[in-house]
Amino acid sequence: MNANASPGGVVLSRLTKSYAAVRAVRSIDLAIAPGETVALLGPNGAGKTTTIDMVLGLTRPDSGTVSVFGRSPAQAVAAGIVGGMLQTGSLLDYLSVRELITMIASLYPRPLGVDEVLRLSGAAEFADRRTTRLSGGQVQRARFAAALVANPDLLILDEPTAALDVEGRREFWASMRAVAAQGKTVIFATHYLEEADAYADRIVLLARGQVVADGPSTEIKAKVGGRTIRATLPAADLAPLAALPGVISADRHGDAVILTCADSDAALRGLLSRFPAAHDIEVRGSGLEEAFLALTADADDNDNVHPAQQEVR
Amino acid sequence: MTRRRPAYTRYEVLRSFRNWRFGVLTLAFPLVLYLTVAGANGHVRFDGTPFRLYFMTAMATLGTIAAVVSGGAVIAADRAAGWTRQMRITPLKVGAYFRAKVFCGYLRALLTMVLLGLAGTALGVRLSAREWLTVVGLLLVGLVPFAVLGVMLGHLISSDAMAPSVGGIVTLFCLLGGVYGFQIAKSGPMFEVIKGLPSFWLAQAGKAVGGGGGWPAEAWIVLAAWTAALIPLAVLAYRRDTSRV
Repeated sequence: MNANASPGGVVLSRLTKSYAAVRAVRSIDLAIAPGETVALLGPNGAGKTTTIDMVLGLTRPDSGTVSVFGRSPAQAVAAGIVGGMLQTGSLLDYLSVRELITMIASLYPRPLGVDEVLRLSGAAEFADRRTTRLSGGQVQRARFAAALVANPDLLILDEPTAALDVEGRREFWASMRAVAAQGKTVIFATHYLEEADAYADRIVLLARGQVVADGPSTEIKAKVGGRTIRATLPAADLAPLAALPGVISADRHGDAVILTCADSDAALRGLLSRFPAAHDIEVRGSGLEEAFLALTADADDNDNVHPAQQEVR
Repeated sequence: MTRRRPAYTRYEVLRSFRNWRFGVLTLAFPLVLYLTVAGANGHVRFDGTPFRLYFMTAMATLGTIAAVVSGGAVIAADRAAGWTRQMRITPLKVGAYFRAKVFCGYLRALLTMVLLGLAGTALGVRLSAREWLTVVGLLLVGLVPFAVLGVMLGHLISSDAMAPSVGGIVTLFCLLGGVYGFQIAKSGPMFEVIKGLPSFWLAQAGKAVGGGGGWPAEAWIVLAAWTAALIPLAVLAYRRDTSRV
């Protein structure tokens, strides 16, 4: 199937890129094996899009290298072994969806059949409609079809579901799974932990332009998918709270204590039995950004930019 | 692989002809102007050339300049749609992309020439096959700098500004080049400036076969100089545009 997929997959080494004062990507090392489905997970400004643009050859790295199946990004693109769905962009006007996909297919050495791609991407039902008369979800599916028709060894999707509702997301990922099942290497960027967990074999966690965690989805989910318990508990000692089962750390905010948990169920049971005075208890999933902050807190050196403000495009 | 490329150009042509808005400037306007003005001045001579012949090539100049400039200027719309970025991650070469755009512009220019030729014939313009070919050939060559200008504009302007920019630039070149049938100056320094415009020489294509002066070496030099000057500017505009993304 993947005649051009020489061993090596996608290899990023010591990749860096800055825009003016913003260090969008600071030294990323990453090796993705052929056939893997990898999620680049991170908040806005983590460097996901910049990394993807460098893999696609759209952006030149300041230093470091990208190798796509043993080739440079430009060579890989020219050979037609890469298909990409960029974060932004609409469709060409004055064409129907079918015409557009046929046009793009003509650029590749070994494209998939247009009808097959329209079916796979869920674009068949509106294939003869002009590209300017599509809903947001239909546009995304047509853009997905445009990336698929290349029949690429490497498929790159930059936040492909950003414009979709829940149903649209589910349908999109079902299509993507069918494609990944054909042995393609898939890299997708997302800032939804659930998506990364459900559809990737492996999650690469990016924050502030660095890889802060990299591993199988289940492992990463345990790391960042934790919950926090907040309870009003005046004058309590933090040490026994931190020692409760399932609790990673305890902090105090005035009369409230905040327990960061790996297992919030166990922590809650422990808290209620050992500290009956605790009241106004809230359990909530910690946001991805908080998890990133926690993960990068020690590793961080001379950074004075909050990732949320470090928006790169 | 090369065998497949014509399919890409075919769809670019399809898009180009479905975008009827540019047809107003490239077809309807010059055609209507020709039929009304030349129709009312059927037997007037203009600088030694029958007016209906001069004005036929002049209106062809207007329409064809608009066609090739807009051919490249539509790149602004592709850019706005994020499509130039999408194209850069396909095996399509930048050169092939530009060639397809210029080809579309020229095809529309040919359509303009054919319709104005028919209109001219209807009003009594009679040329030999050789003369027709000369006029068409001179126009095709004279349009080269405008095709480059279009590609440059496509990388400089926003898609909102596209139609007014094309309209304004075409009108300016045609007005100064004497395309509308009157010249701002016929001697002196202003005339020297006018003679330095490619649109002036395009409008002279009719005179080249109508016995009214015609197409000297100076014309070729002007066209070559504009082309040579515009190509690096277009490359610069393209680089500036793509380095940002």
